[in-house]
Amino acid sequence: MNRHMQYLASQAVAGKLSRRDFLGKAAALGFTAVSANLLLSSAAKAAGPQKGGTIRLGLQGGSTTDSLDPALVTNTVGLMVTRLWGETLVELAEDGGIEGKLAESYEASADAKTWTFKLRSGVTYSNGQNVTAEDVVKTMERHSGEDTKSGALGIMRGIKDVRADGDSVVFELDSPNADLPYLLADYHLIIQPGGGMDDPAAAIGTGPYIMKSSDMGVRFVAEKNPNYWGDLGNADTVEIIVINDDTARVAALQSGQVDVIDRVPPRTAKLVDRAPNITVHSTSAAGHYVFIMHCNTAPFDNNDVRLALKYGINRQEMVDKILNGYGTVGNDTPINASYPMYTELEQRQFDPDKAMHHLKKSGHDGSILLRTSDNSFPGAPDASALFQQSLAGAGIKLDVKREPNDGYWSEVWNNKPFCTSYWGGRPTQDQMFTTAYLSTADWNDTRFNNEQFDQMLVAARGELDVAKRTQMYADMSTILRDEGGLICPMFNDFVEATTDKVDGFVEGIPGQVLMNGYAASKLWVKA
Amino acid sequence: MSPVVKLLAQRIALSLLLLLLISVVIFAGTMVLPGDVAQSILGQSATPEALANLRAELGVNDPPVQRYFAWLFGAIQGDLGTALTSGQDISEALASRFWNTLFLAFWAAVVAVPLAIFLGLVAVRFKDRWPDKLISGVTLASISIPEFLIGYVLMYLVAVKLRWFPSVAMINDNMNLFEKLNAIALPIAVLTLVVLAHMMRMTRAAILNVMQSAYIETAELKGLNAFQVIYRHAFPNAIAPIVNVVMLNLAYLVVGVVVIEVVFVYPGMGQYLVDHVSKRDVPVVQACGLIFAAVYIGLNMIADIVAILSNPRLRHPK
Repeated sequence: MNRHMQYLASQAVAGKLSRRDFLGKAAALGFTAVSANLLLSSAAKAAGPQKGGTIRLGLQGGSTTDSLDPALVTNTVGLMVTRLWGETLVELAEDGGIEGKLAESYEASADAKTWTFKLRSGVTYSNGQNVTAEDVVKTMERHSGEDTKSGALGIMRGIKDVRADGDSVVFELDSPNADLPYLLADYHLIIQPGGGMDDPAAAIGTGPYIMKSSDMGVRFVAEKNPNYWGDLGNADTVEIIVINDDTARVAALQSGQVDVIDRVPPRTAKLVDRAPNITVHSTSAAGHYVFIMHCNTAPFDNNDVRLALKYGINRQEMVDKILNGYGTVGNDTPINASYPMYTELEQRQFDPDKAMHHLKKSGHDGSILLRTSDNSFPGAPDASALFQQSLAGAGIKLDVKREPNDGYWSEVWNNKPFCTSYWGGRPTQDQMFTTAYLSTADWNDTRFNNEQFDQMLVAARGELDVAKRTQMYADMSTILRDEGGLICPMFNDFVEATTDKVDGFVEGIPGQVLMNGYAASKLWVKA
Repeated sequence: MSPVVKLLAQRIALSLLLLLLISVVIFAGTMVLPGDVAQSILGQSATPEALANLRAELGVNDPPVQRYFAWLFGAIQGDLGTALTSGQDISEALASRFWNTLFLAFWAAVVAVPLAIFLGLVAVRFKDRWPDKLISGVTLASISIPEFLIGYVLMYLVAVKLRWFPSVAMINDNMNLFEKLNAIALPIAVLTLVVLAHMMRMTRAAILNVMQSAYIETAELKGLNAFQVIYRHAFPNAIAPIVNVVMLNLAYLVVGVVVIEVVFVYPGMGQYLVDHVSKRDVPVVQACGLIFAAVYIGLNMIADIVAILSNPRLRHPK
């Protein structure tokens, strides 16, 4: 049977069998969708990437106010462009581990406070200069300086000193951190000549492509870097077009003006997938849509009120109606199976009786005000209405206030006591907790203050024993689930689509959108 | 001084005064926008010192009147300042965007204006018969549907199904004129549908009004055919109201196409303005506002001047 499957997979890759037919036949033979997909992608890899041609991507999330400076990247377009021309020291591998990019190898001292990264030799920037350890030091300085605007500042804070040592770079940390390689895989930390101090937006790096034209928020064109050291980059030319409107993006894909798009709206994804020349790809990810309560503001300072709201939300209904099935249920912690060292906790169920019980216990009377807006997450007002309905069943009155999109992130989020929001997720538990649940975090948007949690976070960071660390993270997730201010009903998948002109898309790669941002250089144009 | 010159001078002076007043409104309006510029540039990680430094650097601490005059004199000399978000020179960045907006507006006008006037003439010629009713029905329907919806429908039919024209109207300097026109075919079509009804109806009404005059009857009695009557005698006398409505619609084509630009991914001024409003980039918002106001006032001024000049009583005073 297995040989039959492999035959079918090769047929599918050769285009003699549609992907959908293949998956249907595989299901009939008793294969799960996941294993069938894996078989398909390995068959596609066996057929081999083809070189040449132009890959065109239509992406959401670019703005005319963007900059090519990797420190200032905040959106998908910035991520994808940065990945074309630049590289980090290390990168998240497809299996969730760490692989070397500009660093060939790395090692930690026994106390996880001193880390040494050995640079790959003979790598040059697109301007011909050699990459030196000094450049790496300067880059780290630029992202951690007092007046830096870098998006990576938060993760650079624990680094005490960076110094060059021959062709190696040594990082000294304030306190032990077993996750440093994950931190350095952050997409802002692109190694630039001279650290990019002179001209941060020059887009000169070591990536598989060289930028030919960059029109912020409009269009980017890059050509293959002939001197690239690695094997990334199949197409000769990559063109990125910023298409922020959902319908326009899908139409551009359907009319063949672009080959790849991100953020297919879940509502229409199944319809889009029905077109014969288009495949929709879904990747479960760490991003999640949330309702956040300030644990220090009445009535949410009472854990029974928080529990009442947590029991009063119907998670499966949210996944079905808001994500149209393109997602998984949450469990009131920001952690899901896409994190390393994940432990599954008992799933909290929708339980109106328990919700009513906790509300009575809290003694709270009257309605609760929830603020929402369209841009807090797609479908947030609808999700708020569903929440309102499910709470009404438990006798809890929720008032929903619709706030304007403009100014939501400065006026409402991290400011008002109860609102809708989203999180993009982080590569490790440590980063996620440090960013948003440590009592002193800037973005502690639930005003969560738990001494035990804070202590465990620091302890886990320096713990090199994976089993012990896994247990600590499970305990921390349990604390958040039972005491935190986060209501996490759902984790949203990345829903992306390609036309049959390109091949090589692999679903399920951890990290960022579009194959961790490498779709442009890993996909290939079919001959 | 002849009265017509005096009238024109008055009209132009009035426009300049209006523009000046609007510049005050724009400046005051952007001042009261919620949200602090320095805070939105620095984001959540801002320290109080950094905020204070940046405020001083931006000149936000100076008195508003002083800042207004500094800005106004800069703008008169073509210096619109630098964008807070990217540090780019606004005049330079705006120039290419404004050029793109004018390019789209120009070609939309080239299609829409003659078509509207022609359809208006046809409607008059066949007044109350089926061509008149068909033209009115179709144009009124197209003006009543929201423009983004017309955009989506055309995109689906023409770009996705028929594949005649691209759905993404992306133009750049490497394209020749034909490629550019091909790229913007769909937005031109949508804009034409949106502005057609207004101009067509006005042409029809203005000419019908003139057609009831005694000299038209004379022309008919001379034995001229219907089109000649309309073209030689009715149209010249109906020109003022028609130019007025044409100019209003041209102004719309320049300043009102944000939605179309977003739907068709056209790199014009609309998207540029919207992006900077959401980032609180006040100098850019002020610059865009001023340019839009200038275009609007300028086109309306031209409409009035044409009306004055086309009026024989003003051209040939007793």
